[in-house]
Amino acid sequence: MTDTLPDARGRFGAFGGQYVPEVLMPALAQLEDAYREARAGGMFQITLDALLRDYAGRPTPLYLASRLTEHLGGARIYLKREDLAHTGAHKINNALGQGLLAKRMGKPRVVAETGAGQHGVAAATVCAMLGLECVVYMGQEDIRRQALNVFRMRLLGAEVRPVDSGSRTLKDAINEAIRDWVTNVESTHYLLGSVVGPHPYPMMVRDFQSVIGAEARQQLLEAEGRLPDYAVACVGGGSNAIGLFHPLYADDSVRFIGVEAAGKGLSSGHHAASLAAGRPGVLHGAMSYLLQDDAGQVSEAHSISAGLDYPGVGPEHAFYKESGRAQYVAVTDEQALQGFTLLCETEGIIPALESAHAIYHAAELAKRLSQDAIVLVCLSGRGDKDIDIVADALGERSS
Amino acid sequence: MSRIDDTFARLRAERRTGLVAFLTVGHPSVEDTLRLVPALIEGGADIVELGVPFSDPLAEGPSIQRSSHQALLQGVTPGVCLEVAGKLRAQGVTVPLIFMGYYNPLLAYGLEDFCHDAAQVGADGLIVVDLPPEESHPLRDACHRNGLDLIYLLAPTSTDERIELVAGLASGFVYCVSVTGVTGAREELPKALSSFVNRVRAHTALPIAVGFGISKPKHFRAVGRIAEAAVIGSAIVDEIDRSDPSQTVGKVKRYAEVVTGRRRAAR
Repeated sequence: MTDTLPDARGRFGAFGGQYVPEVLMPALAQLEDAYREARAGGMFQITLDALLRDYAGRPTPLYLASRLTEHLGGARIYLKREDLAHTGAHKINNALGQGLLAKRMGKPRVVAETGAGQHGVAAATVCAMLGLECVVYMGQEDIRRQALNVFRMRLLGAEVRPVDSGSRTLKDAINEAIRDWVTNVESTHYLLGSVVGPHPYPMMVRDFQSVIGAEARQQLLEAEGRLPDYAVACVGGGSNAIGLFHPLYADDSVRFIGVEAAGKGLSSGHHAASLAAGRPGVLHGAMSYLLQDDAGQVSEAHSISAGLDYPGVGPEHAFYKESGRAQYVAVTDEQALQGFTLLCETEGIIPALESAHAIYHAAELAKRLSQDAIVLVCLSGRGDKDIDIVADALGERSS
Repeated sequence: MSRIDDTFARLRAERRTGLVAFLTVGHPSVEDTLRLVPALIEGGADIVELGVPFSDPLAEGPSIQRSSHQALLQGVTPGVCLEVAGKLRAQGVTVPLIFMGYYNPLLAYGLEDFCHDAAQVGADGLIVVDLPPEESHPLRDACHRNGLDLIYLLAPTSTDERIELVAGLASGFVYCVSVTGVTGAREELPKALSSFVNRVRAHTALPIAVGFGISKPKHFRAVGRIAEAAVIGSAIVDEIDRSDPSQTVGKVKRYAEVVTGRRRAAR
């Protein structure tokens, strides 16, 4: 059972740890203490549960996608509707938890990184609601392709700071957020958006996101009287996937499939499939799988989906991969677009491009399974933010 | 005695503050590094840190980020950095040479292999910015098997328990980061610097070098009153970036002379 993981040193087997400059070590210790204290006491959880219900709209529905299921002719596909949570993605679950923790630690200022903008919007939202100052670092390239979310963050009172270094995407936004945190650590909490980074982030973000899997497990038992055969989720950093998988960890009959972004194809070199095509290394404070060259320089990732465009992955996923508990596959930009339009046309749901990767793989899987089988998919976010990208991509293909 | 121990013993005997000079290998080119290191030493550097560039230098401010990026564009790898150290020794450089960088390139090279090769080319130690004491044991073991010092960093936020932890592991010297922040030249040194250094001093007999934010002669003198050496990096990188390429060697030498007080500033 991974309830015992990470260990005292923040490790999931060989992965995880705390590879950060010394200046941050006391802040990580303070954060871990505050988190454990908050979890142990009653009030924090009561406040968080109330906000998840009244503010974020939880529990999110579990929806049997019957037309999609019929269309594919195989296993029944259930969608865990994180797209219906406030702000339109699962990111709010973690942002609420960490926002409350920042308040509890007496830190008036929050920094966050964002790729697609979903975590940035969730952080800005929670900061507005809790009265915290919010600065969001976002790569220049992502600001260009996710303009709607940039505007949302600004409306919510956050300052969006463009990051012009490196590949100008999520990885570089995390570098800048860490630099800000290093500089302002006394007053500032780093509201990291995924199950990456140094301990205790992978554990803490996992715990906050586990509401996804815990609800889905209960809802599916009520609907079907049994657990799914497969649980499928997209993996960038991997927070929605861990949130779905972790509460099902001990249910051995449930097979986990994490879907990474294969970009233009694994052989093209332009992809973001750290688990499928990377090797272990250290980035952003943790040992995990990493896209890197022979000299240990981190490679630039590529995905049509800004939220998956990250060369690393959470250490717990690396552990699941090594132990064989989960299987990791990769889906290309092209296939994700097919998943995107498939869900639009069969179910009237516009998924985020990130989630569309999981939809595509789940559809391929369901086709090959019998009608008795059940595939549970995390629909991690809604796709309004991606309309321009999809329009461009589909336009390019038809021309 | 190691070259690092020797150097600090001599500094003590001469009642001088040491200059630990940093530059990034391959900034602006590998050939320049081979000329700039001797120039820094002529100008007064007692120890040289050779920056091993990394794609994601998250403790660095704009200057060293830029120099790292430029070095990577030149194809500088840990292997190239080892070669550069070897060539510097062949040119007659005798001061301690310390590699400074991030953990992943060392992991990719192989910790034992890197330490072995570093010792072979005549390097004296390593500083790894993103490797706190808790994670340092594999590299520390590899360093010690090969006669290298692993230099630990402490920060103003380090608790007494953490200072004690580092004091129990450190050799060579202890690197005190002057500010809670990233590297980069600053106008003033923080007011609490001496109390921080004194706090460290209470736990270790090792020499202390203070770095981050130091650029001016008055900073160097102020650090000299509380520590054995001052580390200067970004200011040297800035000097290199500012200079006309034909004059960089002279400018960098002059900068070292001025900052250490061997020569009065002409401007």
